[in-house]
Amino acid sequence: MNDSNPLHVDIQSKPDPIAPLSADEKATVRVKNLNLYYDSVQALVDVRLDIPDRQVTAFIGPSGCGKSTLLRCFNRMNDLIDGCRVKGKIYIDGKNIQKKKVDVAELRRRVGMVFQKPNPFPKSIYENVAYGLRIQGINKRRVLDETVEWSLHAAALWNEVKDRLDEPAFGLSGGQQQRLVIARAIAVQPKVILLDEPCSALDPISTLKVEELIHDLKKHYTIIIVTHNMQQAARVSDKTAFMYLGELVEYGPTDDLFTNPTEKRTEDYITGRYG
Amino acid sequence: MKSFREWISSGLPWVWLNASAVSVCILLVLGLLGLIAMRGMGHFWPAPVYEISYAHQGGDSQTLVGQVRTREEVLASRLTESGLEVEPGVEFVERILLKTGNRDQTGDDFRWILEPGIKQKSRPEDMAVLERTEWGVFFGRISGLKIEGERYQGEGLWEEFTRILARTDELREQISDLEGGDVGRINYDLEDLRLSERKLEFRNVTDPAAYREIEDERDALKAEYAVLEKSLISLNEAIRRDSVFMTTGDGVEVEISMSTIIDAWQPNKMTLPQQLGHYLRKGWSFIVDEPREANTEGGIFPALYGTILMVLLMTVVVTPFGVIAGVYLREYARQGVLTRTIRIAVNNLAGVPSIVYGVFGLGFFVYTLGGSIDKLFFEAALPSPTYGTGGLFWASLTLALLTLPVVIVSTEEGLSRIPRSVREGSLALGATQWETLWRTVLPMASPGIMTGLILAVARAAGEVAPLMLVGVVKLAPSLPLDGNYPFLHPERKFMHLGFHIYDVGFQSPNVEAARPLVYATALLLVVVILLLNLVAIHVRNGLRKKYKGLET
Repeated sequence: MNDSNPLHVDIQSKPDPIAPLSADEKATVRVKNLNLYYDSVQALVDVRLDIPDRQVTAFIGPSGCGKSTLLRCFNRMNDLIDGCRVKGKIYIDGKNIQKKKVDVAELRRRVGMVFQKPNPFPKSIYENVAYGLRIQGINKRRVLDETVEWSLHAAALWNEVKDRLDEPAFGLSGGQQQRLVIARAIAVQPKVILLDEPCSALDPISTLKVEELIHDLKKHYTIIIVTHNMQQAARVSDKTAFMYLGELVEYGPTDDLFTNPTEKRTEDYITGRYG
Repeated sequence: MKSFREWISSGLPWVWLNASAVSVCILLVLGLLGLIAMRGMGHFWPAPVYEISYAHQGGDSQTLVGQVRTREEVLASRLTESGLEVEPGVEFVERILLKTGNRDQTGDDFRWILEPGIKQKSRPEDMAVLERTEWGVFFGRISGLKIEGERYQGEGLWEEFTRILARTDELREQISDLEGGDVGRINYDLEDLRLSERKLEFRNVTDPAAYREIEDERDALKAEYAVLEKSLISLNEAIRRDSVFMTTGDGVEVEISMSTIIDAWQPNKMTLPQQLGHYLRKGWSFIVDEPREANTEGGIFPALYGTILMVLLMTVVVTPFGVIAGVYLREYARQGVLTRTIRIAVNNLAGVPSIVYGVFGLGFFVYTLGGSIDKLFFEAALPSPTYGTGGLFWASLTLALLTLPVVIVSTEEGLSRIPRSVREGSLALGATQWETLWRTVLPMASPGIMTGLILAVARAAGEVAPLMLVGVVKLAPSLPLDGNYPFLHPERKFMHLGFHIYDVGFQSPNVEAARPLVYATALLLVVVILLLNLVAIHVRNGLRKKYKGLET
């Protein structure tokens, strides 16, 4: 497999960019030699990294560098794209999720995802949060009520919507919708939450609220966030990975990466020389 | 002064062009509806009856009684060419189409008269119009009554007449209740018994007990029928008891049995509220009554009923089929040459002339499917076909096939408009593709699907040509939905408003008399389509409101 990759030799000869996790950090997600192709175009080149449990890991990099693509590998969202082939291994909690017989729906319950633009369903606020539970066949009113309230609390939205749970979700502001979508994702109690540029469609105040929320959530969840905004990555994340043209260039604790990058390309990017 | 170029580039001419295109469309539609409404709705108004003293071409004067149907100006030269004499120096002559009724007396209902020949014209108050079960209307004066065999004459003749008329009305209702209700049921059950007996014979059942059981049931039914028959006979005698004497315009006295009179009124005496009341009553009975006299008189209820029932049945069939096919094409099928080909084929299907569907329906549904069903399940009724002949079910299926492309295309359109983000949102929560489709995508696409259904309903309700091959008839003996188990009889032939228009307008023995009915029926058909559409649009708007905000 690796022999078919012309870049493979190059990468092997370079120093390993993956900063190993410290001894007290447990890896929730482990990516091994991941290559991804859209038809004949290679979008991810031999990516290897470990993502620690209950921390925020940020993926940064210029547009088209493959950070969203990598994120979407973790809940196999790329399955939906025609012509997308993935080679390599991704372990979540020690299980290889690339295997054919993996129950994708079950995987996605463990690995929640929040998208760039808020995408609530055309249902009430309550039903939006209860959606994931109803799919699992949970229809007991008491259980639903509890979970909805708890999730909305966790997403810091409860006080704003508690009096209008039966109103359509589209009545909320963009920032509220994004927090609703986060509530919807955590209602099914996932282990990992993937955030794909969650604040790119939001105003600064809403962005601040979502960032605070991310900070709170990391106590219970492993969070992986893709962002364009380097300040945001610096503010919210514990670990940062810099990607460029499908390669993982550098990965390490956020403070180290921003203050003392080992790679030239990383330094160029964070100082704004390209991207 | 602006230059012509500036005027062009300002876009103003474009706006005018658009606006005028829209106005032309609106004018055409309103004009069509107006014409139909005017011609059709005028029919029920109690028009005055004139007594005219008329001398044709200087001959002897005669008395004509009737209602003015139309007037028109004719070129004098045209009349001279056809051998009529016209006063010299006159360019146009007005001629009048007079509805003279009394077909049993004179042989025709209508007569053209020339305005110059009219010597005298009046509207006598005692002139009456009788609506009869046969021979069309009668115009004349009441001159006597025969009650229980004795002639009655003198004061208050009309009042007495209306009193008897109310009695015969009641009797007629009782008779039709009996015939349509219990007698109809007994006939239906007897036919059922005959079929089950045949079935036993086919299965070579020799057990006499089985046959005896059927025989017993039949005897019970026959006994029941004998009782009913007796009361029917006595009712029929009662309704024929009285008669009325009427004098025509030229003084001939005619005896008309009360049993043949459906309604009677004296239009020249009516006040405006009475006229209005009469108008509404007649309009209503047009909708709820059965047709009479080869469809040229009476109402159109069975046609209305058949149309609506067929459209509903069609909707029930086409919706699941079209939606499922559309979902498969858009959501599950691999997009490629094959799906594209199928899509083109589906689109082309929408352009196939409807009569082709009729031929297909006849060949495939009626003969092949229906014939097989008959052989398998209705062997006892053969050689008379049950499903092997045109009927409501086959007509609905044929129209469902005809409207299928519309529903498929609109379902696909509706599905393709659902943003990817919503699907991904659902999938990311652990929903399978099926759950995503069923819980989120389909509800959101439902307004688009409804739009397709609206188009399908509009097309199906107005379609006539294919129906003539697969089940529509001029006169259906019984409704396809009635009180006899199993209530819905999809194998029955039915009547349809569109076909009714064709039949009454162009196939009836008395086209002139039926013409207003054609317009009235057309108006009703348009109203029915409009109502069906309004219901669908209402549902769609409800769905839209529910799933609004799709674009945010």
